[in-house]
Amino acid sequence: MSIVERLEKLDRRLIFVLILLAVVIPLVRPIGFKIEVSEPVQQLYEAIESLNPGSRVIISCDYDPSTMPEIYPMNQALARHCFSRDLKIVGMGLWPQGVPLGQASMEQAAEEYGKSYGVDYVNLGFKAGGIVVVSSVAENIPATYPQDYAGRPVSELPIMDGVRNFDNIELIISLSAGDPGVREWVMIGQGRYGKTVGAGVTAVSAPAFYPYLQAGQLVGMMGGMKGAAEYEILMEGTGTASRGMDAQSVAHGLIIFFILFANFFYLVGRRKMPWKR
Amino acid sequence: METIGIWLASLLTICILTFLYKDNPLYKFAEHLFVGISAAYWAAYSFHNILRPNLIQPLFIEGDLRFVVALALGIMMLMRLAPRAGWLSRWPLAFIVGTYSGYYFITYLQTNAVEQVRATLIPFVQVVSWRVFFRDPGLMTFLNAIAVPVMVIGVITGIIYFFFSREHKGVFGGLAKTGIWFLMVAFGASFGYTVMARISLLIGRMLFILRDWLGVIS
Repeated sequence: MSIVERLEKLDRRLIFVLILLAVVIPLVRPIGFKIEVSEPVQQLYEAIESLNPGSRVIISCDYDPSTMPEIYPMNQALARHCFSRDLKIVGMGLWPQGVPLGQASMEQAAEEYGKSYGVDYVNLGFKAGGIVVVSSVAENIPATYPQDYAGRPVSELPIMDGVRNFDNIELIISLSAGDPGVREWVMIGQGRYGKTVGAGVTAVSAPAFYPYLQAGQLVGMMGGMKGAAEYEILMEGTGTASRGMDAQSVAHGLIIFFILFANFFYLVGRRKMPWKR
Repeated sequence: METIGIWLASLLTICILTFLYKDNPLYKFAEHLFVGISAAYWAAYSFHNILRPNLIQPLFIEGDLRFVVALALGIMMLMRLAPRAGWLSRWPLAFIVGTYSGYYFITYLQTNAVEQVRATLIPFVQVVSWRVFFRDPGLMTFLNAIAVPVMVIGVITGIIYFFFSREHKGVFGGLAKTGIWFLMVAFGASFGYTVMARISLLIGRMLFILRDWLGVIS
C-alpha cells in the first residue's frame, strides 16, 4: 500500500485529536502572539471615544448562548468602555436570550466602575417583532418598553428622564448573531433615521456586513473572537477573547497545513493513478 | 448550586463531544435532553413574553377589543393542524407576508441596493491614497490605493458573471471569468471566517472546562 493510499484511509478522528490539542495547549501555555488592531474595530472604539460624557448608547444584545465565546467578550468590553467614558447604556435585545447576557455584562462592568442600575444603565428587555420593534423604538422608546426587563416602570428610572426616541440616543451598537440584528438596526436606525450604528458580529456573518462598513452605513465593526480580542487590546486589558487568540492562531495554522497537505497528496495521487483524473 | 451547574454543563459538553469518536448512548442522552429542554424553554418563553403581553393582557385583562382580530388570526393559523380546515391558515400567513413585504420593501431596497450602488459611485483613482503611497511606499498603502478600482471591477465583473442572457464568450466571457475569481476570493474569506467561528466555539467550551470546571487555568 502506497503512502497516498494509506493517507486516504487515515482515521479522521486523528484530525479531531490534533485540533483539540491545538486549542488546549495554547490555552494552558499561552504563546503571546501579537494582536494587531484592525481599522473597523479602531473606528468603533473611536466612535465611542468621541461621545460626550452622559450620552446614551443603545447596546442591543441580539445573540444567544450558542455564540457567547465570540460575542460576550465584545459585550463586556463595550460595557466597560462606555462606563469608563461616563456614557449611559440603554440595553435591550431582539433575541430573548441576549437580554440576561447583556445584563450580566453590564452588571459586571458597573461593579468595576461604580455605576448603578437605573442611573447609568438600564435593560429594557426583549420584545418580539424584529424590525417592527426597531421602528417602534425609533419613534417612542417608553411606549415600546413601558417596563424594564424585571417589570419596573421605566418612567421611574432616572436614566430614562427626557428619553423619548432616537433623538435622545447618540450611538446604536448591535451585537448580533443573525437576524434580527445588525441588518434591522442599519435599515431603520441608519437608513431611515440617519443614526450612527456600530456592530459586533459573529465571524460567520462578518463578511456579509463589510459592504455596510465600506458604504459608511456602519461606523465600525468587531468580527468574531478576533474583533473582540482587538477591542480588549484597545481597552488596555485582556479578556477571554484575547486569551483565546493564541489557540485560534495555532488551530488556523494547523487547518492551513491540513489543506496544503491534503491537496499535495491529492495531486500526487492523481498523477500516480490516472483513472482518478 | 453554581458548582452543580458547572459540573452538569461540563459533563454534558463531554457527552456531546463523544460523538466525534462515534455515535453512542451518552451523546444520545445529551442530545435528547437538549431538545427537550429547548422545546420547554421556548414554549414557556413564548407564552410569557409574546402571548401574554401581546394578547392575553390587552384583550382579556384590559378589555381592548381590537385584539380580537389578532386572536382570530392566531386561531386561524392553528387550523393548519386540522386537515379539513387547513386552508384557513392561508389568511394569517397572507397577512404576515403582506405586512412584512410592505415593511421591508422600500427600506431593504434603500439599504441593501441603493446605498451599495452609491458606495461604488466614487472616483476610480483615489488621488489622496496614491499620494500617501508615494510618500510612504508599502504593502498596506499600496492596497489602500488600489482598493477602489478593485472594488469597482469586482462589482461589475461579479454582476456580469450572473448575466446569463448572453453566452460567456470572448470579452464578455473574460469579464465573467474575472467575476468568478472575485467570487472565489469572497468565498475563501467566508470560509476563513467560518473556520474562525467554529474554532471560537471550541475555544469557548475548552475555556469553560479548563478554567471553570478543572481550574487548570486562571
